[in-house]
Amino acid sequence: MSKIDELARKTGEWLRGGGPLSEVVISTRIRLARNLAGFPFLSRCTEQQRNDVQKLLKEQIERLDLGQELFYVDIDQADELDRLVLMERQLISRQHAEGEGSRGVGISVSETIALMVNEEDHLRIQVLRSGLGLPETWDEIDRIDDMLGASLEYAYHQRYGYLTACPTNVGTGIRVSVMLHLPALKFTGQLDQVFQAARDMRLAVRGLYGEGTEAVGDFYQLSNQTTLGKSEGQIISEFEQILPKVIDYEKQARQALLRDKLTSLDDKIWRAYGMLQYARSVSSEETLFLLSHLRMGVNLGRIDQLSLKTVNELMLSTQPGHLQKLRGERLAGEQRDAIRAEYIRQRLHGPSEN
Amino acid sequence: MLCQRCKKNTATVHLTDIVKNEKRERHLCEKCAAEEGVTVKQQVPINELLANFVMEQSGARELAKLTCPECGTSFLEFRNSGLLGCPSDYDAFAKALVPLLERAHEGASQHKGKSPTRGGADREKQRQMTALQRQLAEAVEKEDYELAADLRDRIKALEP
Repeated sequence: MSKIDELARKTGEWLRGGGPLSEVVISTRIRLARNLAGFPFLSRCTEQQRNDVQKLLKEQIERLDLGQELFYVDIDQADELDRLVLMERQLISRQHAEGEGSRGVGISVSETIALMVNEEDHLRIQVLRSGLGLPETWDEIDRIDDMLGASLEYAYHQRYGYLTACPTNVGTGIRVSVMLHLPALKFTGQLDQVFQAARDMRLAVRGLYGEGTEAVGDFYQLSNQTTLGKSEGQIISEFEQILPKVIDYEKQARQALLRDKLTSLDDKIWRAYGMLQYARSVSSEETLFLLSHLRMGVNLGRIDQLSLKTVNELMLSTQPGHLQKLRGERLAGEQRDAIRAEYIRQRLHGPSEN
Repeated sequence: MLCQRCKKNTATVHLTDIVKNEKRERHLCEKCAAEEGVTVKQQVPINELLANFVMEQSGARELAKLTCPECGTSFLEFRNSGLLGCPSDYDAFAKALVPLLERAHEGASQHKGKSPTRGGADREKQRQMTALQRQLAEAVEKEDYELAADLRDRIKALEP
């Protein structure tokens, strides 16, 4: 069984469901963009240079002492399904999955660390944790960056900081993304408050799979846009200012629903449960949408037939790549929706659920 | 596609909603989406930022002529792709880039925060490396292996 087959059978770090404030914060992620001095950026690299960059970085990545095992996947040689599985697990970006030319990713077995080689920049380091944990996530990525920086020469400028292919990432090269589950704010029509607050802090709001994706199932990612002129610590502390407010809004909205709209709240939750238990065909978007309601139901103690672990596991295993990987075959859209429904039914009626 | 709400602007926000078993797709312009509280203004795409910026600049024609001496990327190419060609572009395009950086980064164009453990790469060395890498690529293309071998040795000597 390949490493990716093994991964596809597990839940993955960002959906582990644990961690501080995990009822609202799904995951904390920090990414650093780095380029090697002495090479052009990727759009100007010859095939040979691109290969050299990967060879050099792969060597250093495999040499890292992270306290846990790490494996490297050559993305350009991986099959389409494997790439999709890695993307659904947030270990590589869509751009990396769908790109061209020699590129790869080093992944720690716990999936907390992913090092993308030859994405938009030569190197993108990512550290991901369940729940809220900005300082810990920063400490870890800072340490990995230092370890790599000790043996690699990064492209760095006294004035502009770490140089990146796109000037929107220059400076710190940092992108902090916190994934939030905000079903109650959506339900009560108060999401604009959050978006307003985010806008004031110059934070972007995106859907589940980042740039250009729509928000499905009330999952939103908050991320910084400014990377130059503020230190990493400042950027993180801005998140630490806004996040407790957002979490608090959501919690208040949940309490208000319990207090004033219990029937319609329960209806939403149980309707979602019923649909998932009996549907004969369901798309991945609709599944996420329904699982979002179930997740809220479990978190608010409105449904005890089900654990958060099962909800989280379903969120991932019903994604197109995972579903096909678990079935061991490629499935066309319509067939996939039927198989998905069957898989969910089994999971929700099966003996493992109490 | 036009915005379903105002039927005037182009729809740029696409949402899938499920209400009472009905999958409903909604296509809105940014303004209407914001009014309905479903989205925030996205980061201005770099291309748009660049296009606007270049149009506003009186010396636009001068800027268009800028070319990086290291990698040969022209400012126009950067404008079209949003991606720079090599680290030296930051200096080659400084005149045009600084205002752009300021606009993208809340007025800042001076880095704060960590620097590489090794104290920052020597820029002159960086430049030499890029130039040598470029010459090497050309030599290989022309199948001038003697020159390529020589260049490879010089690159090796510069490497840490």
